[in-house]
Amino acid sequence: MDVPFWNKEIETADRSRLEAIQLERLRETVGWALKTPFYQKQLRQAKISSADDIRSLADLRKIPFTTKDDLRLNFPRGLLAVDMKDVVRIHSSSGTTGIPTVIYYSKEDIDNWTDMLARCLFSTGVTSRDVFQNMMTYGMFTGGLGMHYGAERVGMAVIPMGGGNTKRQIKTMKDFGTTAIHVTPSYLLHIHTKLEEAEVKREDLVLKKAFTGAEPHSEDIRKKIERIWNIDAYNSYGLSELNGPGVAFECVYKNDMHLWEDGYIVEIIDPDTGEPVRDGDSGEVVLTNLIRRATPMLRYRTRDLAYLHTDPCPCGRTHRRLSRIMGRTDDMLIINGINLFPSQIEEVVMRIPEVATNYIIQVEKRGDLDHLTVKVEIYPKLFLGDPSQLEALKGRITEELRSAIILHPTVELHEPNSLPVSEGKAKRVIDLRPKE
Amino acid sequence: MAKQLTIFVENRPGRLSSIAKSLRENNIDIRAFTIQDRGDYGLVKFIVSNPSQAYLALANLGCACALKDIIAISIPDKVGNFELLTSALAQNNINVKDAYGFVLQTNLKGVCCLEIEEAQSAAAQKVIQAAGFTILKDDELYNL
Ligand SMILES: [Zn+2]
Repeated sequence: MDVPFWNKEIETADRSRLEAIQLERLRETVGWALKTPFYQKQLRQAKISSADDIRSLADLRKIPFTTKDDLRLNFPRGLLAVDMKDVVRIHSSSGTTGIPTVIYYSKEDIDNWTDMLARCLFSTGVTSRDVFQNMMTYGMFTGGLGMHYGAERVGMAVIPMGGGNTKRQIKTMKDFGTTAIHVTPSYLLHIHTKLEEAEVKREDLVLKKAFTGAEPHSEDIRKKIERIWNIDAYNSYGLSELNGPGVAFECVYKNDMHLWEDGYIVEIIDPDTGEPVRDGDSGEVVLTNLIRRATPMLRYRTRDLAYLHTDPCPCGRTHRRLSRIMGRTDDMLIINGINLFPSQIEEVVMRIPEVATNYIIQVEKRGDLDHLTVKVEIYPKLFLGDPSQLEALKGRITEELRSAIILHPTVELHEPNSLPVSEGKAKRVIDLRPKE
Repeated sequence: MAKQLTIFVENRPGRLSSIAKSLRENNIDIRAFTIQDRGDYGLVKFIVSNPSQAYLALANLGCACALKDIIAISIPDKVGNFELLTSALAQNNINVKDAYGFVLQTNLKGVCCLEIEEAQSAAAQKVIQAAGFTILKDDELYNL
């Protein structure tokens, strides 16, 4: 397989070289962090008063974790490390609690981030000949502008569509010969159901690649996307606390995401104890940003659950690969004492061809017990008009779910495109249990 | 064979009216309909003036629908006729999956629609005709 490199020297640097870069940049980052009120306090606790107190990478573990709540409590300037005149971009998120968080970027920060994204995109084989339609929301969300800059740096023709307006997305793909898109997996599946309505055939499009992100999804979803669209779909990982998209990205081998270790230090910890897990075990992803001066970020707890591969990738890159996000420490459901991640249900549902792309997981109390309902949409092209077919389908989904998750759910069949789909992040879980 | 349009609908307000609206917009006349309730969802079955056009219109809306073969029988509206029909089928071991009927002209004319397993369909038609009933041609049914 042809393996393209944006920066071969760094992407294939041996571990000792990578660790030397990490140490140098960590010291620099600690120096920047000490300029912020929040980290002065944090680092003083760890008896670190200057970059010189970081002598080896092992010293990282002296530094306390940073959480989302820390960002909220220190809004708006508690983590700002440069003068406002040196800030060229602000991304902020309001979040579900209503208390916002903010990230500032200097010119050099944007440049570093953009270069990482160019590296990500290039590793999938896109070139300046590609036409790139960015279907991620622009504005304050980093998925839009971030990837836009990266794609421009590769030299692709960038169409800044943003999210939503499905018919226009389809028409635009046709009009400009879009070959690559950046999109959430649920929206990409949704668009496929609207092709007919937009009066565009798959053959009218020259789409070859999709970069999916902003939403954890299973390998089955990727396979489904690749099958129905006949494209290659590459998984990506990022979050605004760590710049945005481009922290980790799949290469041409599509066997999980190279996490760029010259830009980020990754730790996998046990979310309960905060201690590192054994090599290759899954746990919470903790990240330190090595390439952002305006808002330094040390040991950020992402709440994402994943693991690092221990075997090398055939592409020759030395940067370790992060698995798919298996869930979030805060989206795990506990149902009658059993731990359940929505992704486990998604895997089962996506294996069944008579079921369309949307599903909803609903939990409620029935008496003293929790009851789980899984709502799925039937796939119109495979509907035969027979009640016996539908009952058999229900039975099959129930049985497959029961063997996968131990729980016994009620399966409800719904009309195509009837379950709520936000044209962006999909809301899959409805928890109706009274809060304690 | 005559086609019946079967549509998957969720059991919630507004679903039937949106289907009805689409049929009206496509100038499709409804000859008969019946609804089979299955709890959280239902199946609506229509006999319409132009089944394939109705199918396309609803499929375009994103509905899950299917065209199913049925046997439509012209049956005089008279006490005992339904028994005559069903006992003829029973004697020949033919199973009826679903059935519905309606009167066109009181004391004169009725129609009975039968869903029969494909493997038994040809035999069923022979039995029905042997019992003295007429099977409606497709156009006769659509243009009732
Ligand atoms: Zn690789």
